[in-house]
Amino acid sequence: MNAASSFIKLQYLLSLLCVLLTGRAWALDADTLGILAAADTAQRIVAIEKIVNTADAAALPALEALLAGALHIGDANVIVILTPQGAVDPLTAKAVTPLPRNLQKVSINNRIRQRLNSALAALKLAAPERAVRLAAAGELQKNASAALLPLIERRIQVEQDAAVKALLLAARASLQLNAPEREVRLKAIHDLAQSPSNHTKSLLLARLGNDAVPLETDAQVRRALQSALAEVDIRLKWVGYLNHAFNGLSLGSVLLLAALGLAITFGLMGIINMAHGELLMIGAYTTYVVQILFKNYWPAAFDGYLLAAVPASFITAALVGMALERSVIRHLYGRPLETLLATWGISLLLIQTVRVLFGAQNVEVANPSWMSGGWAVMTGLVLPYNRVVIILFALFVVVLVWALLNRTRLGLFVRAVTQNRGMAGCMGIPTAKVDVLTFGLGSGIAGLGGCALSQIGNVGPELGQGYIVDSFMVVVLGGVGQLAGTVIAALGLGEVNKFLEPYAGAVLGKIIILALIIAFIQKRPQGLFALKGRSAES
Amino acid sequence: MHTLTQLYRVKGWLLFAGALLLLAVIVPLLNLAVLPDHPLHVPDHMITLLGRILCYAMVALAMDLIWGYAGILSLGHGLFFALGGYAMGMHLMREIGRDGVYGSDLPDFMVFLDWKELPWYWYGSEHFGFALLMVVLAPGLLAFVFGYFAFRSRVKGVYFSIITQALTFAFMLLFFRNETGFGGNNGFTDFKRILGFSLADPRTKVSLYVITACTLFAVLLLCRFIVCSKLGRVLTAVRDAESRLMFSGYDPLHYKLFVWTLSAALCGIAGALYVPQIGIINPSEMSPANSIEIAVWVALGGRGSLTGAMVGAGIVNGAKSWLTVAFPELWLYFLGLLFILVTLFIPKGVMGVMSAWRSRR
Repeated sequence: MNAASSFIKLQYLLSLLCVLLTGRAWALDADTLGILAAADTAQRIVAIEKIVNTADAAALPALEALLAGALHIGDANVIVILTPQGAVDPLTAKAVTPLPRNLQKVSINNRIRQRLNSALAALKLAAPERAVRLAAAGELQKNASAALLPLIERRIQVEQDAAVKALLLAARASLQLNAPEREVRLKAIHDLAQSPSNHTKSLLLARLGNDAVPLETDAQVRRALQSALAEVDIRLKWVGYLNHAFNGLSLGSVLLLAALGLAITFGLMGIINMAHGELLMIGAYTTYVVQILFKNYWPAAFDGYLLAAVPASFITAALVGMALERSVIRHLYGRPLETLLATWGISLLLIQTVRVLFGAQNVEVANPSWMSGGWAVMTGLVLPYNRVVIILFALFVVVLVWALLNRTRLGLFVRAVTQNRGMAGCMGIPTAKVDVLTFGLGSGIAGLGGCALSQIGNVGPELGQGYIVDSFMVVVLGGVGQLAGTVIAALGLGEVNKFLEPYAGAVLGKIIILALIIAFIQKRPQGLFALKGRSAES
Repeated sequence: MHTLTQLYRVKGWLLFAGALLLLAVIVPLLNLAVLPDHPLHVPDHMITLLGRILCYAMVALAMDLIWGYAGILSLGHGLFFALGGYAMGMHLMREIGRDGVYGSDLPDFMVFLDWKELPWYWYGSEHFGFALLMVVLAPGLLAFVFGYFAFRSRVKGVYFSIITQALTFAFMLLFFRNETGFGGNNGFTDFKRILGFSLADPRTKVSLYVITACTLFAVLLLCRFIVCSKLGRVLTAVRDAESRLMFSGYDPLHYKLFVWTLSAALCGIAGALYVPQIGIINPSEMSPANSIEIAVWVALGGRGSLTGAMVGAGIVNGAKSWLTVAFPELWLYFLGLLFILVTLFIPKGVMGVMSAWRSRR
């Protein structure tokens, strides 16, 4: 949006320059402006279309102001744009002082609003930035009026970018679908089949008409319509699958981040930590605090706050986890049911403490600006950047954990202690210290998960409660003590969930998943990837 | 007579009779026969509170049977409690008749959802006897099927606990849906009468309370009978050394399954007694937090002691009803610390502390 408005300013200056150099007449003169502001709907629409066909970007500020309700008319028919800084003349972009008296908003109705939208899009088609052109072409494809056809034709000739051009072709095709010439219609149908969307589908269906009153009577065109519809349907289905797959991957990576820490504390150490969800919550709240600190003390670097929040949430959660291990959990080794109850008590304490410190309501954690927006892969498939970042982050954490466990001395100790505590102790490994560090590591990773969760969901005291059942399911399903199992179980659960959702609904899908897991555990109590050999029997 | 002396010794029977007399006779008399301004008068809200605690004590007994004696920690007993409550609630909804807000034969929430007729699983709920049957059957059958598969594949320890938690979580999600046909979020409420007696009438409330107290003591005797019998010895063996029991030629499946199903059915009865007294049942009763709270009642009172389980339920719920009113922000601290301190310092609960104190004297 920022880019767009600065672009408009630039365009404005450029066109001003043009006028000065060539002496070309203003497309937006005082008369047209007067019509825009005061005349009846039909005249105003004619005026808008006249402006658009001159393709003069100088008209943009006035049109945008009209759309946004910032265009005002005062005594003696003086027309100004009201901005927070004051009134501006729509023709010259100069400030108007003093304010004209009796300013009244120029109101518009829905018909004009629709024309304005497409007119603005058409004017923006000439923008140098690809993103602006892409957005404008997308807008035009959804609703364009026939009057814009010549302008769209002109842009198709000069447009270099494939994505923008495809949208423009689709926009032209949707306008030409009802053309009287058969060849034009056939061409339009062919073009529409290339850009599959629900909108395209409904356009094609509308042209086909219903069985009782067929709109398209030409047999060849009808055949073309039908095959185009079939093609659009197939492509829509695939786009749908890709969307499900991506959403599943995204959910899976969230589950993975929530469950990875548990895979260490429960999977490796065998500690049932019911306060694991609260460690996630602590990570999320740490992110929130870091964000506040940046906002208050270093606003210039606000976009980079996540870089500081990641280690901060790891350290905070790890410290809390180590304190828990030292104070409570250490005394309960070998008594899993008691550990379960005691850690549940800890989770209640943590929830209440956070409530007292930060309030019972959710707190606001803002995405840094580089995480907003999305990556448009194809029509109908937009991958939000924050989801993509989380998937990559989950990958990073998995690699980190794997490397820590398999490539470091600490990892060697951890594996030794979990496999045979007594023997490890005899070899001189400080088992108690390794326990603390391992539990700290698992808790810290939960903190990282919380940091990631804060970017896509609500942050509140009950954040962790929602994940505890899911994360235990992931670890149990994946098989205890198996990092690879955890990864596959998390991603698999995410995918199955998202593919079930459209058929069963979100809640029912979740219930089906839980039922499936319960059934699966009956069949294979050791999980997907059971350890073989002596360590399997505990 | 022989079996009776096996259950309790003389002093135990005297205590039992004393407690029964106090809760089922004296307290109701103090409510009904003593004038409200008399210092010994038991106010109506106290009757409701006591009734609720007695229901919870019954749940604690059921939990103690499965956890304290058979060593199986269930984190899903809130589900069985709620199912019993829903079975009773369905009947109470039908008894409202046309006195609901919309004056329809259907329960209000169905009118609200624009349903035209009762779903099939509501058939029969207008009969009180059928409702009583469902109170036991619904949780019992679910527990039987679930337990059969879980115990057959030898899911045990924390794994069993976690999947029972997932089970109650799944049911909570299911019951939250309006389409499930159990009132969604709001559950059942606004009951008018039971068997024709108005629920707003204090006498009905006291009667329900007395029934609850008597049922509780009957359940206590049943549990006592089970744990004193040979079956009880096998259950203790399951808890202490399941592999050794199997090598001795027993199949733990049948024993575990029986006591698990019984425990669920007892929870259902407790739920059915709870709903008419409290006047509401909704899916939040199935939340995992509620079920795990049951475990702390038993842990506080003393696992493997039936009296202890009841005492634990009484202490925690008494403290809850006082703290959530007097110091609402302290309640979670209290509960959390209770979980931690009991498991760390008094693993045998209040009863364990008392018997240790007695033997030292």
